[in-house]
Amino acid sequence: MTEDLWSLHDTHEAGYLHVSTESKEPYAADVLERLRADAEVVIARYPEKRSALLPLLHLVQSVDGYVTGRGIDLCAELLDLTTAEVSGVATFYTQYKRHPNGDYTVGVCTNTLCAIMGGDRIFDTLSEHLGVGHDETTPDGKITLERIECNAACDYAPVVMTNWEFFDNQTPESATRLVDELRAGKDVVPTRGAAKVCTFKEVSRVLAGFNDGRADEGVGAGPASLLGLEIAKQQGWHAPSDDASGTGAPAQPEVPAGQTSIDSPSKTTPTDAPPTKPAGHDTLPGLEGKDESK
Amino acid sequence: MTDTLTPILTRLWDAPESWKLSTYEQHEGYQALRQALTMTPEAVLGAVKDSSIRGRGGAGFPTGLKWSFMAPPDGGPRYLVVNADESEPGTCKDIPLMMANPHVLIEGVAISSYAIGCEKAFIYLRGEVVHVYRRLLQAVEEARAAGYLGENVLGSGATLDIVVHAGAGAYICGEETALLDSLEGRRGQPRLKPPFPGAAGLYARPTSVNNVESIASVPGIIRNGADWFKSMGTEKSTGFGIFSLSGHVANPGQFEAPLGITMRELLDLAGGIREGHRLKFWTPGGSSTPIFTEEHLDVPLDFDSVAAAGSMLGTRALQVFDETVSVVRAVARWTEFYQHESCGKCTPCREGTYWMRQIMTRLEHGKGSQDDIDKLLDMCDNILGRAFCALGDAATSPITSAIKYFREEFEAGMHTPVDVLFPPEKSMLFAASDTKESSGMVTA
Repeated sequence: MTEDLWSLHDTHEAGYLHVSTESKEPYAADVLERLRADAEVVIARYPEKRSALLPLLHLVQSVDGYVTGRGIDLCAELLDLTTAEVSGVATFYTQYKRHPNGDYTVGVCTNTLCAIMGGDRIFDTLSEHLGVGHDETTPDGKITLERIECNAACDYAPVVMTNWEFFDNQTPESATRLVDELRAGKDVVPTRGAAKVCTFKEVSRVLAGFNDGRADEGVGAGPASLLGLEIAKQQGWHAPSDDASGTGAPAQPEVPAGQTSIDSPSKTTPTDAPPTKPAGHDTLPGLEGKDESK
Repeated sequence: MTDTLTPILTRLWDAPESWKLSTYEQHEGYQALRQALTMTPEAVLGAVKDSSIRGRGGAGFPTGLKWSFMAPPDGGPRYLVVNADESEPGTCKDIPLMMANPHVLIEGVAISSYAIGCEKAFIYLRGEVVHVYRRLLQAVEEARAAGYLGENVLGSGATLDIVVHAGAGAYICGEETALLDSLEGRRGQPRLKPPFPGAAGLYARPTSVNNVESIASVPGIIRNGADWFKSMGTEKSTGFGIFSLSGHVANPGQFEAPLGITMRELLDLAGGIREGHRLKFWTPGGSSTPIFTEEHLDVPLDFDSVAAAGSMLGTRALQVFDETVSVVRAVARWTEFYQHESCGKCTPCREGTYWMRQIMTRLEHGKGSQDDIDKLLDMCDNILGRAFCALGDAATSPITSAIKYFREEFEAGMHTPVDVLFPPEKSMLFAASDTKESSGMVTA
């Protein structure tokens, strides 16, 4: 075996992501003390401490802005794992970053539906405008651009997530404005989310399970989420033996400003034929909720 | 005959501060929990079983049956884990539910935990929705402060704590055993079964993993009874569900209706296909379910009817594409997704999705070869039923169904790029109309 190969087994290298030297420098004493105190709270939530690893990696990102070598060391020490085990987990999940992240992750959904509705054009526009590609950060350290997968907001396509807050119904122009404002240091307000987009580090702390007191900010639901409810109210439709009093707002449901109007729901034509019931037929399980039926 | 739409889970979504405990309590919130605590756990489980509710996360396995399959109590811990990892492309029902009304889920968790003898429940939320996480964390705090959670819940002697856990970005964690591995602090890879989670799940203890919507439906079943639930839907697909319409419809959105509603009815409610266009293809339950076309508009959207028509009800994620869309482009992008999300544990999925992606990419660029279609079908045949979990199966669904209905577009991929046949601008919403301005605001 050559010397080069042996060097891979050097204990100081093993288990680390490809990281810069400073990421292995020890934490300042006060930072370390705070991290340990927070980690104790996280670990106490779970019957077995290894379960704390995902939130602890979010916690490391809340301090370092990415998963550092020293962060991996700390997680390994706190949970009695090897650094290789921690790195193995950190590299599996896309939200853990292997190099310093920008203050804001701007993720454009380019899964099929959003891509086709315009997500591809939005991504290309931002990429050209910012001069960075997927998972790259602008030189000022402000924005990391990403292509993201479906983020469960398809009725608001095309969707852009900024630090995991929703920006619905985007256009190349609105997304460009968004990144310009972020780079100019201005507060930016998501369509459905907190009163402003917090920084990557701040959001990472929330994802570690430390609520930041912003839960009451923002709307309960966007217009598309309320569409069926609104039509049902207009039509007087309700669940059986429900007095239809609903939320106590019988006539005009309260909807956020800027909602698109509903196209004459009176033209709906519920069929009278009861649904047919073919013979029992085992369904193939989908991915979510896959269970014993297979 | 029930009404066309039956808002139950969505009923409070437009209320001011719909996410607050006080709002939920003003609208019968936690009454079902009080009622459940006067019943035996067996009676609560029996009511859910009698409702015949089938899992709302895609597979459609009866929820009550799943609970009753758990290993009998042995004095050790038993767990309920809510699958809130909603990531199936097209699926967008659980995230708005938890954002608008997290308490209906918390109440459902409390009742379900009581039924199965669980004292510590987990909600595994995907990490990419920070505001939903805030709402859930706060809802648990509110419920605990009000005595709905904690030791001696409402004086009943029952104990329940809920941990809301954020994932970190991995579609595979929606598969229930991968979710459990992830919750244990590991890479999210599916487990070999048996043992099923009901026998050895979280920390090798008896565990039930259930979808958000399934658990959120439990309070209604307890409050109104199994017969009420069964008065909606069809005989074998009882109750209601949230149907999510997205894509090229005039008004995308969420519609809560009895199972068995048809796509034709839902499209009417959504204002039809966007103006000047016509339907080309759609998914009944997310990208993992074989695509449908116009000929399937009258298929009742219940588990068995959709299966009989060659697809799956899945998560009722109805993604609609009009005639401007290349089916090859759509399927190529889904195939990239499955390749990206394959966990790498088993060979058919890891290697198969990798090769299928390459073939789909060259078809997209008009550089396919004569035998590519046969090769794709052969690969699908070798993956379906041979992968470790349903992700491999899912990766084949869009390909085989698209070839079945649109084979000529795959043949065109041997000589003409999709962008030539289907200019992408024609499918974009902002190219077609300027009215879809962002409602997101930027302030100084």
